[in-house]
Amino acid sequence: MSGADRRAGDGRTPASDEVLLVDGLRVGYNGAPALDGVSLVVPHGAQVAVVGPNGAGKSTLFKAIVGLLRPAAGRVLIPGRPPGDQADPVAYVPQREEVDWRFPVTVRDVVTMGRYGRLGPLKRPQPADREAVLRALGQLGIADLAGRPIGELSGGQQQRVFLARALAQEPHVLLLDEPFTGVDARAKEAVLELLAGLRAQRITVLVSTHDMETAAQRFELVALLNGRLVAFGPPADVFTPTHITAAFGGQALFLDDLVVIDQCCPGHVGDGTGHRHEHAHQPELWHEHGDGPERP
Amino acid sequence: MIDWLTEPFALEFMQRALAASLIVGVVCSVLGCFVVLRSMAFLGDALAHAILPGVAIAYLLGTNLVAGALVAALIVAFGIGFFSRGGVVREDTAIGILFAAALSLGVLLISTVRTYATDLTHILFGNVLGVTGADLWLTGALAAIVLIVLLGLYKEFVLAAFDPVLAHTLGRRPELMRALMLVLLALTIVVSLQTVGVGLVAAMLVTPAATASLLTRRLPAMMAVAALVGAVSSVTGLYVSYYLDVASGAAIVLAATVLFVAAFVFAPGRGLVWRGRLRRASA
Repeated sequence: MSGADRRAGDGRTPASDEVLLVDGLRVGYNGAPALDGVSLVVPHGAQVAVVGPNGAGKSTLFKAIVGLLRPAAGRVLIPGRPPGDQADPVAYVPQREEVDWRFPVTVRDVVTMGRYGRLGPLKRPQPADREAVLRALGQLGIADLAGRPIGELSGGQQQRVFLARALAQEPHVLLLDEPFTGVDARAKEAVLELLAGLRAQRITVLVSTHDMETAAQRFELVALLNGRLVAFGPPADVFTPTHITAAFGGQALFLDDLVVIDQCCPGHVGDGTGHRHEHAHQPELWHEHGDGPERP
Repeated sequence: MIDWLTEPFALEFMQRALAASLIVGVVCSVLGCFVVLRSMAFLGDALAHAILPGVAIAYLLGTNLVAGALVAALIVAFGIGFFSRGGVVREDTAIGILFAAALSLGVLLISTVRTYATDLTHILFGNVLGVTGADLWLTGALAAIVLIVLLGLYKEFVLAAFDPVLAHTLGRRPELMRALMLVLLALTIVVSLQTVGVGLVAAMLVTPAATASLLTRRLPAMMAVAALVGAVSSVTGLYVSYYLDVASGAAIVLAATVLFVAAFVFAPGRGLVWRGRLRRASA
């Protein structure tokens, strides 16, 4: 049973086919807004890459969408309702460093937690829940790891556990925070294949990433952030020199049809919003027209 | 040998002491698993000391010591939340301030009583040999409440402890579970008052659970092993206390510590011996 089947006929999906509305959103930590004036409408079943420099507010946007951060202004509606008020869950896969990997739980325990939203506080998981867990483990190819403690897994396996948990939620909207960071090319390709499968189920997906080549080539919509929404639309419309300069400032270097973005040391660029993320020196190269990888 | 083992428990007060120690050993150890996993050891210790003024006031008023302790523990638990809310004061700083203030207030109040030294020693380090029948019933009832709530809401406690972000996105209130955990912690400390005293209850919360974490890889198993370690420590400590005529609370805690050190050295896969062997094998 796909997510789309469950939603059909429940009467809550707005007629316009929009599933996620962000309207004039301002949100931040302790006063200073990390994001301001962000408005976007994501159509039902769309897959959106959220890109921008370190500290651009990508994670902040996700936390506002799932209701972890309360907006200082504006609103988020999924579909038509504020966060935390959905019958169908919004699944959120946090960055890997936000998880306590020493906690003594197994892969199956973690994925089963994805079902808790459907269970009352006193109710134990039912056979239908166990089936959903097995299905999600199978979809991610980690059924054989079900009994392993999460601390014993590799980085790529850990990520797949959290993706399986998100699928076990049978979500309406799926948010993945930096799923391509710190995993190898094969693990990244596995995530992209999974996303292709979700497209068929019409699950709306937002992915934050530093990987602009993937954003340009594998997503139909891109949201470019830098404390505000610089641009939102198809990759060809978003990745223009004007927008890239607006988002990355001096980090961007244009060489004919090639763009180089130096994601090291972001302190001296942008509009001075907080830079909370790790500053790995990873110059990134890609062709503006997306005609093949050209990595150093 | 059998005589040697049964002799202490021919005495009725020793039977009550055994029952009370076992209850405390088990309930502290099971709840302690969450204390260890959430790094709440300092908070547990602070709460334990913070009940001292409550006990003192109840003592001076001639009312129930347990009720006084419980009220004081709850006030301090919520006081810590109040001062550290919004990140103005760090939580460990708030704990340190309230913990010292409550302990001082307790000592100050008790120092107005003539039998000051004895009373304070009993509160700080327990007096398990003085457990009455009524005490035992109360201890058992409170321990049962703690275990029933903890096991009944087990999956909610695990969710809130492991992943408060997921709990939140699923429409749960992880901060409420944390508050409930503080209440359970306060009840457990009150239960432990007579056995190991406020000075040593933190050890019973942390040591058996830490031992179990070295020997197991899943939370249900960790809780079961912790309960066993807590029970074995309690019984061993009582025997040591009886035959060597030493303080029972301290003997129980040291018995638990010996088991922890043994696990730290010999635990399969994680102990010192094992890691040493691996290092030699790879060298």
